[in-house]
Amino acid sequence: MSATLLVGGLGLGAAGALAGAALPARARVPAAAVLTAAACVASFAAAAGVLVSGGTIRVHSAEILPLTGVTLSLDPLGAVFVITTAVVGAAVSCYAAGYPARSMKSRAAAGLLPMFITSLLLVPAAASIATFMAAWELMALSSLLLLLTGHRRPEARDAAQWYAVMTHAGAAAILLAFVLMGAHAGGQSFDAIRAYASGLSPAVRSLAFVLALAGFASKAGAVPLHVWLPRAHPEAPGPVSALMSGAMVNLGIYGIVRTGDGLLGGGELWWWLTVVALGVASALFGALHAAASSDLKRLLAYSTVDNMGLVLIGVGASGALAVGGHAALAALAMVAALFQVMNHSAFKGCLFLGAGSVQHAAGTRDLDCLGGLLRQLPATAALFGIAALSICALPPFSGFASEWLLLQGFLRGFSAHSAATATALLAGVAALALTGGLTAAAFVKAFGIGFLGQPRTPAAAAAGEAAPAMVAGMALLAVPCVVLGVIPGTVMPLLARAAGTALGGAPPDPLRAGSGLAIAGSSDVVQPALLTAVLIAGLVLAWALVRVRVRARARRTEAWGCGRELQTARMQYTATSFAEPLQRVFDDVLRPDRDLDVSHLAESRYFEDALRYHSRIDDAVERGWYRPLIGLASRWGEVARRAQNGSMHRYLGYGFAALVVLLVVLA
Amino acid sequence: MITSSTVQWLRPLRSLFARPVTERLPPSPGPRPATRFPGSVQLRHVDAGSCNGCELEIASAFGPVYDAERFGARLVASPRHADGILVTGVVTRNMAVPLDKTLDAVPAPKVVVACGDCALGGGPFAGGYGVADSAGPLARPDVAIPGCPPGPVAITQALRALTGR
Amino acid sequence: MSAAPLATAGVSVLQLGAVMTGGPLLYGLMAKVRARAEGRAGAPIRQPLLDLRKLAGKERIHAGNSSAVLPLAPLVLIAATAAAVAIAPLISTRPALGTTADAFVVVFLLLLGSVAVALAGLDAGTAFGGMGASRAMTIGALAEPALLVAVLALSIQAGSSNLPHIVLATLAHPQWVASPERVLALFALVIVVFAEAGRIPVDNPSTHLELTMIHEAMVLEYAGPELALITLGEQMRLGLLLALVANLFFPWGIAAAASVPRVVLGLAVLAAKTAAIAGGVAVLEVSMAKLRLFRIPEILSAAFVLAILAVVTGLVVTP
Repeated sequence: MSATLLVGGLGLGAAGALAGAALPARARVPAAAVLTAAACVASFAAAAGVLVSGGTIRVHSAEILPLTGVTLSLDPLGAVFVITTAVVGAAVSCYAAGYPARSMKSRAAAGLLPMFITSLLLVPAAASIATFMAAWELMALSSLLLLLTGHRRPEARDAAQWYAVMTHAGAAAILLAFVLMGAHAGGQSFDAIRAYASGLSPAVRSLAFVLALAGFASKAGAVPLHVWLPRAHPEAPGPVSALMSGAMVNLGIYGIVRTGDGLLGGGELWWWLTVVALGVASALFGALHAAASSDLKRLLAYSTVDNMGLVLIGVGASGALAVGGHAALAALAMVAALFQVMNHSAFKGCLFLGAGSVQHAAGTRDLDCLGGLLRQLPATAALFGIAALSICALPPFSGFASEWLLLQGFLRGFSAHSAATATALLAGVAALALTGGLTAAAFVKAFGIGFLGQPRTPAAAAAGEAAPAMVAGMALLAVPCVVLGVIPGTVMPLLARAAGTALGGAPPDPLRAGSGLAIAGSSDVVQPALLTAVLIAGLVLAWALVRVRVRARARRTEAWGCGRELQTARMQYTATSFAEPLQRVFDDVLRPDRDLDVSHLAESRYFEDALRYHSRIDDAVERGWYRPLIGLASRWGEVARRAQNGSMHRYLGYGFAALVVLLVVLA
Repeated sequence: MITSSTVQWLRPLRSLFARPVTERLPPSPGPRPATRFPGSVQLRHVDAGSCNGCELEIASAFGPVYDAERFGARLVASPRHADGILVTGVVTRNMAVPLDKTLDAVPAPKVVVACGDCALGGGPFAGGYGVADSAGPLARPDVAIPGCPPGPVAITQALRALTGR
Repeated sequence: MSAAPLATAGVSVLQLGAVMTGGPLLYGLMAKVRARAEGRAGAPIRQPLLDLRKLAGKERIHAGNSSAVLPLAPLVLIAATAAAVAIAPLISTRPALGTTADAFVVVFLLLLGSVAVALAGLDAGTAFGGMGASRAMTIGALAEPALLVAVLALSIQAGSSNLPHIVLATLAHPQWVASPERVLALFALVIVVFAEAGRIPVDNPSTHLELTMIHEAMVLEYAGPELALITLGEQMRLGLLLALVANLFFPWGIAAAASVPRVVLGLAVLAAKTAAIAGGVAVLEVSMAKLRLFRIPEILSAAFVLAILAVVTGLVVTP
């Protein structure tokens, strides 16, 4: 039954892609949306069945891919990722049905979006090297082509270049890792690889893990392999960036967990300490750049880097504790990481969809030009606000529940009494603490400057509410932000099962049953439902007290501006000015690029005609590491060009020399 | 080793346990009228073109010797937080609109306290070329403190009349 | 046992009432200490309560361009602070919401209040509101980590982050008060309290110059009952922070059972402890000048480093 649902879901997704590509203009987007949503529902049902029953769906078909066949195996770990992707995919399909941009209504875009979603559903279920790589490449190519729907803009072409190079380099690393693991395994299914893994030498296993880590961490957006993310996610159209941040980066995490814990059977301590180090760097770097960015989607992209860093810390802590033999503590850390993955997909997806609506309504993503959108787009703004409060880890939303679980995972992990693990956990705690404050600053800026106050430009003043389908898509993602925040205990048994599958063996349940979160074996407990009730009661009581005391309505008058005669919207703080104190504090890391152009009057050099100040914050890793590397590569290319001087004689000479060398070697 | 900086640091601690230098004031003459702000009044000071003589006296009234704060009066930064405005100076043309806006920003119930002869329409600058034609809210102040400048005792007694202490 | 939940509820109502009156009284006490140190007589200690009563009856005003966020923020601040008070073990070791009495919950509830006020500052649509929100979020971004790690240091020592558990563990092990991790965590927490409550050297609560304001600038638009709610929320926050510092580090006197004499003693001891700490804070305030805005991150980084040292000491020194 579940197998039929899974295969049926994937089939419906393929049908959606065909419908999007083949049908005429009016019908293609709604038909593709309906079919893709159905595919997501079917996959959700299949994955939910797997999680509830604890079993595994296995499907093998020798026909679809020649020579290797397609092997699918959905176990509880993969099911968590399928569920997450299914919810985000359904919401994005609904949103895309109403998205008014012309570029997303073409045959290419309407066909590629269902294909992208289907490949995202396929990757966690893939159980052989060929299936996995096929699904991975399908995902990469469809997202690249969707990114290129904006090919008329030079920034979009630039972003697509970076994305193409980095995702394929990552895929090459992953393929190499799989080849190393599976070369003598006697079959290319994951079961065969797992069975053979203990026979590999430690050096080969470590090399395979490092390669797989490089490829998957790049997909997840871990520093220093993240540089494609802040370029590609903002340039992609609204629904595509929601899928990329809400579903695609998760698969990087899935890959690391599957390879390290699953295929290679746990591994060594230094592997997981490296993962924690990558996570700490990503969390701090992402949070800092998000706090300093004034482009709404770039802010959200860096926030994805930050959250994925936190998940990597959780995964690394879990692996390190498992290597040390503390199964229960490892399970707790893994449950916390998986919960953070689910919650991040929900609120980041909602935020990106909202940013897409804003960009389409106001024509810009620049927060310095927005403002007052709460009045123009009330539903979109309210849903964006819910997701923003959730990402700041504020009770009673889901971000708070997952951040609390991560903190508890670290707190318990300290009791493992291992010096290396404790140092890693300490760095993780420091990163978690620092990013919490920076994230709050970033999202108060995003919501406060973008949606509150007065519109800073006429374009923002003319923005209108998004289509009902778009609002419905956002609402579908905002619901888990609230529900998983108020009753997080309901999904804990499912996540514990997934963590148990990931780590192998049957670790004891890290959390006690109940609607709240209660750590087994200790008195640490939090009941968000009770907290929500108290907060709502407090709100209502305070409101009633105010109304009882002063019955009259509030008087609306001009804002207090020290009595000045003229107050304009330009006098408000902008996003750049909001972030300026933080940027000054972290000036050594951010190193903004500042330019001041002064033009003088013709009559005298003492009088200025115009002043132009330009400030930009580039990605520090890109500036410090990638630009020199790219410079080196182009210089090497320049040198190699000297060999191409256009002379036919020389080219024939090269061919002759190569033939002679080959003959000598073969002889 | 006790350095001079240590002695500086200890000085506030010493005055903490010493007697305050604040002078006792005689009780207000006449019966205490029923007031709208019992025990607590906050005022926003507006300089509508004053020579700063009244400002020095107001600063002295809130200083250690006369301490108007002990009667519940306080100067605040925003008119939204205030119960009224404390105006000094003859209303100049440039300050007429800001004065109106400031009074409009104060939530009801509100008072206008005119401090000094200039605010009460007289004073040495009356009829000058920079003075506004109409005094605006100062035409009918709720509390008047005459004097050029009024002494800190007069200012404090006027504020006591507002708080009823 | 139907009496026990009723007694717990009664104690919690008493605790909430104590913090709601005690917070303003602490502000009044600090103002009085400051006045005396300046050689003035000063306003009576109950003056903030009189101010609140007067504000409650005034007109409500909303800025013309603001939205629903402006009237909603004071309600969120009061609700979040009241929820945090309901969780904290101040008078008795069995607070009303004992099933969710976690230290990290208190930290995040306080953050909820700060975010609400910052958003209200931005909603006013003026330069002052934006400036206040920007500075407040910058300081919060650096004070949050220190607070979280200091709380974590206490949790590691007590073995749990449950607040009543930490208090009971400290009562059972009095020698912990002098342990190095406690002392380091105390220093870090004191610096964070100055930042979270907005006192000198971080912020001057009685300044008139808008360019020197941090918290005041965010609430410049509020009038009447909404201003009373915001002021009361800030006063409750100070009361809660001081009471938590008192009870987590020096918990003697807290009521372990719900009998009337123990509760009265607990209330009296809490009042005495917080009054003493508030007096100390006021004396420190009078002795220092306010720091430049860009010096504040240095002091908060120092608090963060102290908190990290507290955690490391706890891990290394644990038997």
